[in-house]
Amino acid sequence: MEFGPYLLLASMEGAVTAAVLALTAVGLSLVFGVMRVVNVAHGEFFMLGAVIAWYVASTVGGHPALGFVAAMIIAPLFVGGLAALADMVFLKRIAYDPERTIVATIGLLYIIQQVTLMTYGPDARPVVPPFNTRLALPWFEFGENGFEIYWPWGLSITSYKLFVIVAAGVILLGVWGMMTRSKIGLIMRATQLDGEMAQAFGIPVERVYAMVFGIGCGLAAMAAVLIVPIQQAHYLMGGDPLLLSFIVVIIGGLGSLPGTVIAALLIGMSDGIISVFFTPTLAKILATLAVALVLVFRPQGLFGTREHD
Amino acid sequence: MTNDKVFSKSRRNALKTLGLGAAATTLPLWARYAQAGTAEPIKVGFQAHKTGIGAAYGRWYERTTMAAAKKINDEGGINGRALEIVIEDDGTDPKRGAEVVEKFATRHNVDVGFGTLFSHVVIGSAPRAGELKLPYFVVSEGHHVASGMLNRHTLQPCITDVKSQVAAMAPFVANNLGKKVTMIFPDFAFGHDHRDFFSAAIEAQGGEVVAKIAIPPTESSFTKYFPKIPRNTDVIYHVMVGPAVLTFVKEMGEFFGPSRPEIFGFIDSLEAVDINSPGLEFLEGTYFWEGHPRYAQANQTEYDKAYRAGVGVDNTGASISDSKDIATYAHMFGCWETLHTIKAGMEAAGYQSTADRSKLIEAVEAMTDMPEGFAHPQGAKLFNGKTHQVFGHQYITKVSGGRLNLAHTTSIEDTFYPDEVDYTKQSF
Amino acid sequence: MTDMTKSLSLHLGLIALLLSLNWLLPSYHHGNLARIMVLAIYAIGYNVAFGYTGLLSLGHAMFFAAGMYGMALTVRHLGWSPAPALIAGILSGFVLSVIVGLLALRTSGVAFMIVTLMFAQSVFLIILYFTEYTRGDEGFVIQQAQRVMGGIDLSEAHNRYLAALLGFGVCLMLTWFLVGHPFGKTLIAIRENEERARMLGYNVYLHKLGAVVISGTISATAGALYGLLFGYAGATFATVQYSIFPLLWVLLGGAGTLLGPFVGTLFMFYLIDFTSEITTAYMLVAGVALVLLTLFAPQGFMGELRKRALGWLP
Repeated sequence: MEFGPYLLLASMEGAVTAAVLALTAVGLSLVFGVMRVVNVAHGEFFMLGAVIAWYVASTVGGHPALGFVAAMIIAPLFVGGLAALADMVFLKRIAYDPERTIVATIGLLYIIQQVTLMTYGPDARPVVPPFNTRLALPWFEFGENGFEIYWPWGLSITSYKLFVIVAAGVILLGVWGMMTRSKIGLIMRATQLDGEMAQAFGIPVERVYAMVFGIGCGLAAMAAVLIVPIQQAHYLMGGDPLLLSFIVVIIGGLGSLPGTVIAALLIGMSDGIISVFFTPTLAKILATLAVALVLVFRPQGLFGTREHD
Repeated sequence: MTNDKVFSKSRRNALKTLGLGAAATTLPLWARYAQAGTAEPIKVGFQAHKTGIGAAYGRWYERTTMAAAKKINDEGGINGRALEIVIEDDGTDPKRGAEVVEKFATRHNVDVGFGTLFSHVVIGSAPRAGELKLPYFVVSEGHHVASGMLNRHTLQPCITDVKSQVAAMAPFVANNLGKKVTMIFPDFAFGHDHRDFFSAAIEAQGGEVVAKIAIPPTESSFTKYFPKIPRNTDVIYHVMVGPAVLTFVKEMGEFFGPSRPEIFGFIDSLEAVDINSPGLEFLEGTYFWEGHPRYAQANQTEYDKAYRAGVGVDNTGASISDSKDIATYAHMFGCWETLHTIKAGMEAAGYQSTADRSKLIEAVEAMTDMPEGFAHPQGAKLFNGKTHQVFGHQYITKVSGGRLNLAHTTSIEDTFYPDEVDYTKQSF
Repeated sequence: MTDMTKSLSLHLGLIALLLSLNWLLPSYHHGNLARIMVLAIYAIGYNVAFGYTGLLSLGHAMFFAAGMYGMALTVRHLGWSPAPALIAGILSGFVLSVIVGLLALRTSGVAFMIVTLMFAQSVFLIILYFTEYTRGDEGFVIQQAQRVMGGIDLSEAHNRYLAALLGFGVCLMLTWFLVGHPFGKTLIAIRENEERARMLGYNVYLHKLGAVVISGTISATAGALYGLLFGYAGATFATVQYSIFPLLWVLLGGAGTLLGPFVGTLFMFYLIDFTSEITTAYMLVAGVALVLLTLFAPQGFMGELRKRALGWLP
């Protein structure tokens, strides 16, 4: 394929990755921002979202869109509820100590993964997308006859992938609206700034924490429902989203939502675009090292301030 | 692990079997065991991928193994002794794999180790099997055994290796699909074997590999790699593994749209996956290598019929009890056949106890022809005692109407290559 | 007895006990213990950075792998004998830990976790990228004949056990001296309050770098020994999972205690080994154990022991 169309294709693929990543990472960022703990089981909540989407979609009959819409509602609610419960049962008891939280959530990771393997099984199972039309895309060139539009071989995207980008954008706007415009958002921000002070002002910090943990994991589940018609639900699928979200959250500056979204775009897009120029594994190595070096030389992240360090 | 649950369940099954078997044979089994002078069962340590990335395969390897053990016990066991399968999960991990082999040898005191699939687990475990003098029968299709890397105690007697499989595909691809091939494979040693062996084989057929696209492991989206496929490609040769395979095929379909080249793939990509899954419509009219055809074919043998019934697989390759549960049919026959080969080897060697392990290995090394039959439902095979590797027929099927229909069967000779090692020269 | 002689006799006593077990244990546990001791070296290395200096790394598998491949590749491609190969492995870990330390220590906290994770991920991918030499994920065997060191066949059970014990004993006593040394005490001071250590005039960066290098080099020693004693090198050992293992072992046994790494490794090994006999869900059991640990024994076994009874434990 020629360079121009290839770059366009890779960018569009990168945009899909970025959209889903942004949602997942914003969930992690929210938890980190407000509660100051690292949730290592975040990827497993993502995986649970995908698995539940499969259960819902295969239970609800009729048009695939019905199952998809049902999954979009049920999976985040269920996962969010489960996460809130986990918060109250475990994390609250260890007083959100950073190191102990890491260990506890690693434990949680094993538990969720193993229970999924024992119930859902080891297979990768697909969910039918609500719609999925292949859209061939045009490209232009300045040939002998001047400016021309033509349809390069292979240059295309599907309607569902476009939908994923749009849907992720809408949900992110919703999260932003919630954080900046609603009372819940205000309470969360107050807790984030100073937990003890918030408590003194009568904010039920413990309940806020449970809610934040639930919303954060619910967002991961939502991202998973969006992606599962493209990539199947599998019990080991949580590893990559976890790593990538981690990176995004740090690069974006800890706890900064706009930074997180921009970092997700950066990481997602570069994943697509770097693959144009190098052999695939080399591209992965370079992308990984690049992220590490960004952090080394800007430890506060690209958009963070020193205080957050 | 000895998974005491599975263990005792299998024991209970064996007891049930005893009852059933008694009706069918003239002499009750318990009597025969008693006659043989020992009630001690022959213990086979089954290294199973119950968890980890190999779990989908592991589940079927286990079912096939248990079914074969039941059949062997129904027919009187080994040398008149009952066969007992001791299952340990290796987590599809080479470190745990080696630990499991040690456990077989020093804790369970099994007679032989058996059943490993994933190459890295085999390679990680085999040194320990060799050191502990434990005969280790793998069902892996890796070229590790015949390459000479392993040891005299490690054998692969019932599944062909990747070098054979790939070489046997080249004539069909070159003569029927096209000469210019683009290969897409995982950036794993296994993928590199495909790349190297197939490149050589297709050149011998007058074809060429025009592009080699190695995909990093853990990749979950593929569209961005497809533009690297040269325009003049006649055939795409794909051999992806792991849970992202469905995405791979689906995105390939979306990339090419209505105008695709010929496509040839290894079914490894879609083992345990329903060929009629949403998104796989694109595979219609493409070809697959299969170790053993998943769909019962028009010329199905009575052996394949009995084997399917024994394991509990229907004519479409799904579990009899759950049509969504698709077998890893192209590989798992290896467990069935290997267990029968262990039995044959033990009987030829007059195997009594672990002191006879060397005799068992020598007896298997002496094997050559393995005729098609109830013990070898996949087809006839030729075992090479020097390289510890078997050679056999390969099947090429075409997806048509949502079924995999047999298009070509290779000869055993198509899978031959020169010996690279003589294990019989190593001492025990 | 002073606290120091108490602790010295405890640690030497453990080594003596392990030595005597060489002739007492049935072969199954004998084999397991050899393995556990090598893995405990890895945990000891991890503990220097995490337990004593407070540096939580999620990338120590890269050091383990550096040792393993530094040893195995020189054996495989250059035909080196075990002794120089072992040194090559340890040196690889040393060099890698200097580089990683210099870069990663510009960050702290969660960013340090991520940077080490990223470096380790790169090392893993590099192993795959050079599959031609490393055989990638599949790995390769280090043949029995290549594992004979000065006439001693390291694949023989007792030799293996004694070699593992030698490595374990040296690393254990090395860290014993380290924590008694002013350098080690400074590390603990940095862990407790980095700002104060800085104000007291310590070069915190250099001390941390020292800790990472010691930690990485010990981890590499474990990797090189593991490959040599068990005859296999593969990319699995460079995956994230193998970075998380030493963290778990150390936390279980007690971070910042000298015996914690060994106790944690021993416990985790047998926990998985025994529960896997009862159920395939042994990772579930491991997960529950971790959660319970954080709830009821956050200091780990040795840490709780130190807190409740033996205050003199180093």
